Amino acid sequence: MMSPQRLARFVLPVVVFAAGLALWEFIVRVNDIQPYVLPGPILVLKTLVSDWGVLSQSLGVTLLTTLEGFIAAAVGGVALALLFNQSKWLEYSLFPYAVVLQVTPVIAIAPLLLIYLQQQTAVIVCAWIVAFFPVLSNTTLGLNSVDRNLTGLFQLYGASSVQTLLFLKLPAALPYMLGGLRIAGGLSLIGAVVAEIAAGSAGAGSGLAFRIAESGYRLLIPRMFAALLLLSLAGIVIYGSLALISHLLLRRWHESALGKES
Amino acid sequence: MLANAAANTTNLAVRLRAVTKIYDSGVTALGPLHLDVGRGEFISLLGPSGCGKSTALRLIAGLAAPTSGSVDVSHHGAARRGSHPIGFVFQEPTLMPWATVYDNVRLPLKLAHAPPSDAEGRIHDALDQVGLSDFANAYPRELSGGMKMRVSLARALVTDPDILLMDEPFAALDEITRFRLNNDLLTLWRDLNKTVIFVTHSVFESVYLSERVIVMTARPGRIGAEFRITSAEPRSEAFRTSAEYAAYCREVSCALAPSYAGQASA
Repeated sequence: MMSPQRLARFVLPVVVFAAGLALWEFIVRVNDIQPYVLPGPILVLKTLVSDWGVLSQSLGVTLLTTLEGFIAAAVGGVALALLFNQSKWLEYSLFPYAVVLQVTPVIAIAPLLLIYLQQQTAVIVCAWIVAFFPVLSNTTLGLNSVDRNLTGLFQLYGASSVQTLLFLKLPAALPYMLGGLRIAGGLSLIGAVVAEIAAGSAGAGSGLAFRIAESGYRLLIPRMFAALLLLSLAGIVIYGSLALISHLLLRRWHESALGKES
Repeated sequence: MLANAAANTTNLAVRLRAVTKIYDSGVTALGPLHLDVGRGEFISLLGPSGCGKSTALRLIAGLAAPTSGSVDVSHHGAARRGSHPIGFVFQEPTLMPWATVYDNVRLPLKLAHAPPSDAEGRIHDALDQVGLSDFANAYPRELSGGMKMRVSLARALVTDPDILLMDEPFAALDEITRFRLNNDLLTLWRDLNKTVIFVTHSVFESVYLSERVIVMTARPGRIGAEFRITSAEPRSEAFRTSAEYAAYCREVSCALAPSYAGQASA
């Protein structure tokens, strides 16, 4: 059974959420605020249902972009970290540029990318740029955190570098890597959205962020809210699934996944 | 793998000649050190922290190269795949937390591509020897400190090594667990006929376990004194309380004292 305190951790946010919605609806009705200024939550929900055809399609587009960006970030980040781990020279040569790419706001890079790349590619590249860095830096940290004595043991038993990588470095880095991926999931959604917004109405895309921009121009405010709601839900689901995968992979052995069951 | 695998003709398991180790930082950690360890002998290297006794073990294991001098380790040649002449037990259990006890013990065999049919029996034998047969599927975090150390010992034994190198293996354990592991180690040594080189900073432990205690000087480590512990009495709890044991401990302590001279008293 859940202890009262644990129960409260689930119940309290829900109560706050419901109260917030009720207050929002109340304010909209009492002041008779027009939907093109501020739609109430009930209208947003209705719009979500009535516009589901358009919105679900946009959701699909955005999720696909996010997924592609995420996979590119995961593969690119881990691969770069492994390369850096194999060669210090490569790390010294390239790491500063990874940092530069990370600290330059992606919203400022996006318009340039849209000039040189096809829109679909540009959007994925944007998602990749924001998301790969946490994977890279966390995996690098993990690969450098291998127990010195375990490394010695592998050396003693004549392990090849492939064996050391597969049986020692990668498993040791896994918790760090998963931490990086968890951040990257949310960031690739942000990257996708930023690129869609930058492409704006000129773009040929039809993702959720494009929908938000478009609805803004057409004063379809309830649809903006509905699209925003979907984006937010998508972010939550992405984070939740990555956290779950991380937990399932680590639960038998890593401190972070051992929970506070005591 | 091993730096030098000569000296096969004699009855020596390990032979160090004028071995020194100077680290990149310029610190001379060891030597010059001369040391002969006979086949099947149990010796302890006793000395203060930083005297280079761990360095000596790493040199013998081939984990580091000596700056000068020669390190010869003799062995009977690899009898079968997955045999390795040297087993190493660190001060920490040094287990892979993501792997079960079974997989941790399997590691040396896996790295040597030992045939699985052969490996399974050897892993179970090794776990049997340290009394952990029932814990093959446990993860390290589920074990006590003493049990983790036993896993580490099983992993060292699974390759059927001629020489067992132990680097303060029981230093972090509570006294009762340590005594029990001391006794189990002696039993294993007698039964399996290994050469054991045991690094410790405990006078009592070294006298209890060894046939020969090598007292090392402060850095750079050299041999300060050497004691042969010959007792008619079998090494058991009764030996711990005997007058003979106390006398040896006193002697060894006196020989160790100069190694600590000049260090701030703790």
